[in-house]
Amino acid sequence: MQMTAAQALIRCLELEGVEVIFGYPGGAILPVYDALCQSGNIKHVLVRHEQGAVHAADAYARATGRVGVVMATSGPGATNLVTGIANAYMDSIPLVLVTGQVPTSQVGTDAFQEVDITGITMPITKHNYLVKDAKRLPAIIKNAFHIASTGRPGPVLVDLPKDVAAETIDFDYPKTVKLRGYKPTYSGHRTKILEAADLMMKAERPVIYAGGGILNSGATAELMDLAEVLSAPVTNTFMGLSGFPGDHPLFLGMLGLHGTRYANLAVTHCDLLIALGARFDDRVTGKISSFAPGATVIHVDIDPAEIGKNVRVHVPIVGDVRQVLRGILAHLKKKDRSGWLEQIRQWKEQYPLTYVRDGRFKPQAVIEKLSRHTRGEAVVATDVGQHQMWVAQFFRFKHPGTLISSGGLGAMGFGLPAAVGAQIGLPDRLVILVTGDGSLQMTMQELATAVDQKLPIKIFVLNNSGLGMVRQLQELYCDRRYMATRFKFVPDFALLAKAYGLAGHTVKSEEELDRLLPGVLSSPETVIVNCLVDPEENVSPIVPAGHGIDQAIDC
Amino acid sequence: MRHTLAVLVENNPGVLARVAGLFSRRGFNIDSLAVGRTERPDVSRMTIVVEGDDRVLEQVTKQLHKLVDVIKINDITPDEYVDRELVLIKVNCEPARRGEIMQVADVFRARIVDLGRKTVTVECTGNEGKINAFEESLRPYGIKELVRTGKIAMLRGNRSTSLDGKKDDE
Amino acid sequence: MKKSGAEILVQGLMDQGVDTIFGYPGGAVLPIYDALYDANIKHILTRHEQGAAHAADGYARASGKAGVCLATSGPGATNLVTGIANAYMDSVPMVAFTGQVAQALLGRDSFQEADITGITLPVTKHNYIVKDIRDLAMIIKEAFHIATTGRPGPVLVDIPRDISGGEVEYKDPGPVNLPGYRPVLEGTEEQLNKAAAAILASERPVIYAGGGVINSGAHEELKKLAELLVAPVTTTLMGLGGFPGDHPLFLGMLGMHGSRYANYAVCEADLIIAVGARFDDRVAGKFDRFAPGARIIHIDIDPAEIGKNVRADIAIVGDVRVVLNQLLPRLQAKLPGAWQEKIDLWKKEYPITYVENGRLKPQQVIREIYNVTGGKARITTEVGQHQMWAAHYYTFTRPRSFISSGGLGTMGYGFPAAIGVQVACPDEVVFDIAGDGSIQMNIQEMATAVNYNLPVNVAILNNGFLGMVRQWQELFYNRRYSYTELINPDFVKLAEAYGAVGLRVDKAADLKPALEQAVRTNRPVVLDFIIDREDNVLPMVPPGESLENMIG
Ligand SMILES: Cc1ncc(C[n+]2csc(CCOP(=O)(O)OP(=O)(O)O)c2C)c(N)n1
Ligand SMILES: Cc1ncc(C[n+]2csc(CCOP(=O)(O)OP(=O)(O)O)c2C)c(N)n1
Repeated sequence: MQMTAAQALIRCLELEGVEVIFGYPGGAILPVYDALCQSGNIKHVLVRHEQGAVHAADAYARATGRVGVVMATSGPGATNLVTGIANAYMDSIPLVLVTGQVPTSQVGTDAFQEVDITGITMPITKHNYLVKDAKRLPAIIKNAFHIASTGRPGPVLVDLPKDVAAETIDFDYPKTVKLRGYKPTYSGHRTKILEAADLMMKAERPVIYAGGGILNSGATAELMDLAEVLSAPVTNTFMGLSGFPGDHPLFLGMLGLHGTRYANLAVTHCDLLIALGARFDDRVTGKISSFAPGATVIHVDIDPAEIGKNVRVHVPIVGDVRQVLRGILAHLKKKDRSGWLEQIRQWKEQYPLTYVRDGRFKPQAVIEKLSRHTRGEAVVATDVGQHQMWVAQFFRFKHPGTLISSGGLGAMGFGLPAAVGAQIGLPDRLVILVTGDGSLQMTMQELATAVDQKLPIKIFVLNNSGLGMVRQLQELYCDRRYMATRFKFVPDFALLAKAYGLAGHTVKSEEELDRLLPGVLSSPETVIVNCLVDPEENVSPIVPAGHGIDQAIDC
Repeated sequence: MRHTLAVLVENNPGVLARVAGLFSRRGFNIDSLAVGRTERPDVSRMTIVVEGDDRVLEQVTKQLHKLVDVIKINDITPDEYVDRELVLIKVNCEPARRGEIMQVADVFRARIVDLGRKTVTVECTGNEGKINAFEESLRPYGIKELVRTGKIAMLRGNRSTSLDGKKDDE
Repeated sequence: MKKSGAEILVQGLMDQGVDTIFGYPGGAVLPIYDALYDANIKHILTRHEQGAAHAADGYARASGKAGVCLATSGPGATNLVTGIANAYMDSVPMVAFTGQVAQALLGRDSFQEADITGITLPVTKHNYIVKDIRDLAMIIKEAFHIATTGRPGPVLVDIPRDISGGEVEYKDPGPVNLPGYRPVLEGTEEQLNKAAAAILASERPVIYAGGGVINSGAHEELKKLAELLVAPVTTTLMGLGGFPGDHPLFLGMLGMHGSRYANYAVCEADLIIAVGARFDDRVAGKFDRFAPGARIIHIDIDPAEIGKNVRADIAIVGDVRVVLNQLLPRLQAKLPGAWQEKIDLWKKEYPITYVENGRLKPQQVIREIYNVTGGKARITTEVGQHQMWAAHYYTFTRPRSFISSGGLGTMGYGFPAAIGVQVACPDEVVFDIAGDGSIQMNIQEMATAVNYNLPVNVAILNNGFLGMVRQWQELFYNRRYSYTELINPDFVKLAEAYGAVGLRVDKAADLKPALEQAVRTNRPVVLDFIIDREDNVLPMVPPGESLENMIG
């Protein structure tokens, strides 16, 4: 069938089953917007800054497991995506981004609103394309979705010049992809699987260290089976949180820099470390040489480049975590490890995760209350900073994929647009945003999007009048010389809420929060709860820079 | 240790930038990189010589593989292969001393390809060791300009690293 | 003396005469912020790194000095990208410093690691990652040198955490020596003579002046040239203020949203003297139909610009001011003639104007801002219709008084830029002329304005649409308004939530009192002008057409 490339693009998206696009229009992408509005089959969410579009699509992908789709114009529209793309890349989130580009004849001439977005995003996309031939567009879109969503997922960008978008082509959507350089491995190597199973049966003090790959591959049930069959405790990376039930007796909580002491001790003393879809990030390992020093390491990951990147691995298994776990489970028998579990129980008792209740309004208390009131049945988006770590420490996640947060890039400003994307993907779920006063300001304009889309997001600002996490670092490492981390001025978030036409409350104590919470959580509206918490509170424990993870200190 | 990689890539614009960008981004050291067409118009071949221990090499290979445009990578270091490099050297040379230079060239089976008023340009092909030796023997005359192509390499015998070829003997 | 990397950086900034930086802290720049704690440098904490980059850019455009911004690694660095690209496209001198993870963690997808030198390769004049602390002092010096000389532009310096936190015996780096970087400042005799001859021979000259005039400080020379030759002057958007807007020889802007008389003059000219301009597609329209009957003299500091889009008959590579000073003595005064009469006729026949219809008109608003500020305000703009209206209806009489995103066209630029301008010019009246779409993009910087008590005025021309895109949809897509209508916050309440002043105006009668109040108020003010919703910027040259084919 004859149609313009812009129409073909929309047709491709329809055939890929895309239901929502997050975007912002502009001159170079106009033909595509025109085709989009004429087709009418795909919902378009108009954000208020392109950064919001990409974060929203990212969270939509995390919440639904589908590919997030973004549209933006050339030049500033495209560059405004950069942080969001980098964020999705670091956290392995499947995205397809379409950017408008100046007409082909002007590419390379510094034309109005021209930027080399494929060059710019080279280091932060799984792959990217500049479409030069309209006839190639359907195949490129097919490839883009395939690359974004298979193997280790990631963002793929397609840059579409305006003249190419307007060209007429004969539409034919390819059924298969042809990519000689791209063939992810899914099933692990058989002998390695046997070797791993053998080690698991022989180990005395195994620990399962599970990352975001568990969620990406949908391996949470297999993880649970593995833990229970082996009687092995499970610790999550930040990205892995919600991949194992927060109230399970085998759960150790998060490990690493702000991990629980018992998780860090367990890892330090284990004789077998079973790393599943995790990547031994520097925030997890601390000083590499004292990370799990006595352990044999099994590393299961879809991305061969991750294996052996940061630590020595004894049994590498490249493959989809879920498939590999199924393979391993077939060779395991129920194992009792009461000695090891008893040791862990003692550590848990000795070093519980806690905070000082001194009568001030503690941020941790807000998280505990949210966890309790929702019984873990909420999707929680966060921003970046102390509040993010408190969510990780004190919210008990129940269902996979219910923590939506920027892990690898740690991008402040992710939270609000992420909550928007998550709520659009899961219209019937309770979506909570836990944010800081610094982070919320970064992408605050998306409050208009939340109102526009009538999203009943509940926003909790842990307001400490500053950039808490950095202030904490200055307290620790810079002799309390607080530079640029305490705001002289913070807007009144409750009033701001009202300016955007949504509900806003300010609370100063636990009691006030207790009174307010039930009403807020059941409200059909977008609500901001501005919690004026203790501004001096620190995230504790913390592993000081350059130390092993068993050297955590309170602060 | 140095490794020689034969890398087949899609003949797409930008692929060299991708590879080069990856090397600089990841901090890998390239000794030499030569790229050119192959027996198939849609495939280019890069010969990359990298410096590093096994861990580095493993990362290089794996990271390269992540690039969608990279089709096939072979580390041919442990195999029997022919490798060649070409060098062009322009040496300072008063007409009176041309004979001397020609003699040196002869020893290396190099050819004079251009004569200037006060210079001579010679071309030499060979493996790295030979090229190095040639360079050294011309150095005393004063090298004005020198350019090396970087090494290209091919497996000996029936074996091949081309796209449809099998590295192992058929 | 031993110094830490962070201290060397601070020393370098002081040596370069930097008094203000715009930034946002984070883990990877912790040592740098700690060194700044004791330094005699003003740090403006924005609320998003994009704000810091645009503010530094606005500061640079207003002051003529390099703007400096600072951000942490990873998201801090990537948040600068739009601002860097913006400065790159508009040739603004800027030095951006970013923190980076320690070198041992580089290339491992570490926490908050982003390959920012790779990312910004296409949008910086040059960039560095510092790998040896001994190079740091020299790199800083080179960065400022490259950013501010030749064709100015942004330079990024990425500083790993172990470098800023490391220590070394400090040595003065000595003079900059960059064999690969030697901008040419003076035109050659031969080209200057050719140009002079062509100018003297021409009967219908037009001077087409761009941002280069402002960058090189050549506005006086430009005025001399125009007056000497009685040659009409048209400027690009970037050139506004480079020639007095109230001068009888001024033609206004040319190009897509230019005045008819500027475009007609260019089309009928027999000589175009392009001064620090680059024949951008928005200006030249169809390249091969640009000034078809004219010879073209192109004066520019950047050799790569010459002949890039439009052929140049006589090219002079050099600093615009230096070259004009070389050229002027070779010329003789001319008298007005038929060409000037023709132009005056066009001006009368096709004035820039609008139709009143009882609703509040955007053009009226701009004109009133001009009246109330006596034409003396520093104006920044966002991007869209309001930008073009500001360009047309505010008369700019001095350089660096119109500050706008030209090449990249970045919505969200104007407000943080206004903050930078106000920091550079604390005693002047500053207005950001904004659209309701654009202002939302960096609205968080309201907190910055309030925090530092910067009395910036934000004039929102609120039409409830992404107006410029809507206009294109109306004109070229059959009025299919695909996702260009906006639901907006209440901007007055929003201002109040920030403790700023909010004023709403929806009729012409209230314009003057509201603006007078704003100018008097010594705090940030948001003016919400509820304007005619579907007004268009006209006349315009449709994309891809030549300049004489204007519609509207
Ligand atoms: C875009 C961006 N800029 C800077 C940083 C560095 N940074 C990490 S945490 C933090 C403070 C966050 O403050 P806030 O959002 O108020 O949360 P809190 O730590 O107070 O809970 C900063 C500045 C970042 N992560 N992202
Ligand atoms: C960051 C960014 N995204 C998209 C665009 C494309 N664009 C150009 S003008 C415009 C509309 C601007 O609307 P508004 O700020 O309300 O101003 P108006 O045109 O209505 O005066 C848009 C979306 C852009 N220039 N910059």
